Amino acid sequence: MEFITQHPILVVSLVKIVILLFLTLTTLAYLTWFERKVVAHIQSRWGPYYVGAHGLLQPLADGVKFLFKEDVTPPGADKVLYILAPSLALTLAITTLALIPFGPATIYIFGQPTQLVIANVDVGLLLLFAITSLGVYGVALAGWSSNSKYPLLGGLRSSAQMISYEVSMTFSVVGVLLLAGSFNFNELIEHQRGYYHYLPFIPRWHVFPQIIGFLCYITAAIAETNRVPFDLPEAETELVAGFHTEYSSFKFAMFFMAEYANMITVSCLATILFFGGWLSLFPDSWTWTHFLPGALLLLTGIYTAYDTVMNMRGIARIQFAVVTLLALGLGVLCLLPGVMPVVQGPFWFLAKVLAFLFFYVWTRGTLPRFRYDQLMSFGWKLLLPVSLLNLVVTALCIIFPVLVNR
Amino acid sequence: MSLAFILFFVFAIIAVAGAVLLIVAREPIHSALSLIMVMVALAALYLMLSAEFVAAVQVIVYAGAIMVLFVFVIMLLNAGMEERTNWSKVAKYAGLPLGVFLLFELAHWLAHSAIGASVANGSEATNAAVSTRALSKMLFQKYLFPFEATSFLILIAILGALVLAKRDE
Repeated sequence: MEFITQHPILVVSLVKIVILLFLTLTTLAYLTWFERKVVAHIQSRWGPYYVGAHGLLQPLADGVKFLFKEDVTPPGADKVLYILAPSLALTLAITTLALIPFGPATIYIFGQPTQLVIANVDVGLLLLFAITSLGVYGVALAGWSSNSKYPLLGGLRSSAQMISYEVSMTFSVVGVLLLAGSFNFNELIEHQRGYYHYLPFIPRWHVFPQIIGFLCYITAAIAETNRVPFDLPEAETELVAGFHTEYSSFKFAMFFMAEYANMITVSCLATILFFGGWLSLFPDSWTWTHFLPGALLLLTGIYTAYDTVMNMRGIARIQFAVVTLLALGLGVLCLLPGVMPVVQGPFWFLAKVLAFLFFYVWTRGTLPRFRYDQLMSFGWKLLLPVSLLNLVVTALCIIFPVLVNR
Repeated sequence: MSLAFILFFVFAIIAVAGAVLLIVAREPIHSALSLIMVMVALAALYLMLSAEFVAAVQVIVYAGAIMVLFVFVIMLLNAGMEERTNWSKVAKYAGLPLGVFLLFELAHWLAHSAIGASVANGSEATNAAVSTRALSKMLFQKYLFPFEATSFLILIAILGALVLAKRDE
């Protein structure tokens, strides 16, 4: 007990970790729903519709299905590594979220100063890259330990792809680091505060001076998370399902969740580095924008209330009534004077992250897959030189400030 | 008992256990993974000495890049179990006493020297907290020549590897 009172950081961190873990796992589940819905609408389909209102209980049904499926371990598999691989993939993917700041450096909850981040590290960006760079082992080990040919080929492909694109991804963000002069996420975000002198309606987000860096980053990031059009490790026409062919039941679900968690991390990083993190799109003096989070939630609530009354029947009506109450309750909560300043940071941050997640799903619904040799030559012969060139030009602009008109 | 004290022993034990596993394991991929374990545990120890930059770079370079290539090669060659020859018996019976001897020698030296005393007092550790900016200034100003010389050395090594790989054609 004395030990805990001496180290209050343990308790505070534990509370934050539990909250973040709960929110992340829920988000991961509903991200699958979001993806299926958006892809369905791109292809003029309905998507999940029958399990719950608008398919809202589909993630729950999927989870139950994964839990009750038979857990097969292939004969001749390396048992320890076969179990270690999915756990490693999921653990590392979720750990990175501990470094992401969801709101301003210091906020006051019940009068107590606190931070909306679990670990505010000086070299946050480097540490994040360190953790994500270990993620390749989950995929490589899964391929190796399955003792099967398709997973091995998938694992090899994916480790080669992840190493190749990690180089470009790291180089593409160095430009931003040079501009801000810090590895710390909060300092990186604070550097983007304010508006351009000659164009007062454009915020000073890094995406404008670093547009090439951003394009390189987002391309490399999609490849790094093994998503379409770079989903070669699980190209089903060639490799059955790639590295997780032999996985079933909950271990398969863990790979699935790791992929989505990586998508979230990469989107968070893009938001922080290029789109001003938790900074608002509007100037601080426009106080009416503080009503936005609450107003948007209330509008959602009003729409779902309309939908409940007009279109829903039976049990779906009850489920949608719960959704309506949740949206309205949260909306009113966000408008309370004590809560309103607290939710501003997280609102803008999450809105930007959601935009990136939509972009991810959009590309999946639109683009065809690369061929493997195309993927490699694209990564090494185009993406890497361009990101290097961007870095050199940025460095020159900083050494000779005459070139940049800030 | 402070938190740092407990954490030090946790990570130290992980590092030593990983090093022992690296030697004992007969499957090459298990050895490679044990080495990764050692490197990550060392990075955690660096982090506790407030050397955040070094810790992150340790993981990115060693665990995230070099060891991935090791694992990659092991997977590509599908290397089997390690073979035990007569020489491995020599390693077992001569290597173990020598290793223990080295350990005691190191412990003795650390206990009776000025560096050891300052480490025990914690004075070295508190001075070690350097910002990334200071570190890079040191690297690119004070130690510029050794730094550039090292980069040339690595370039030559890459060229050598290329020449060796292309010799057959």
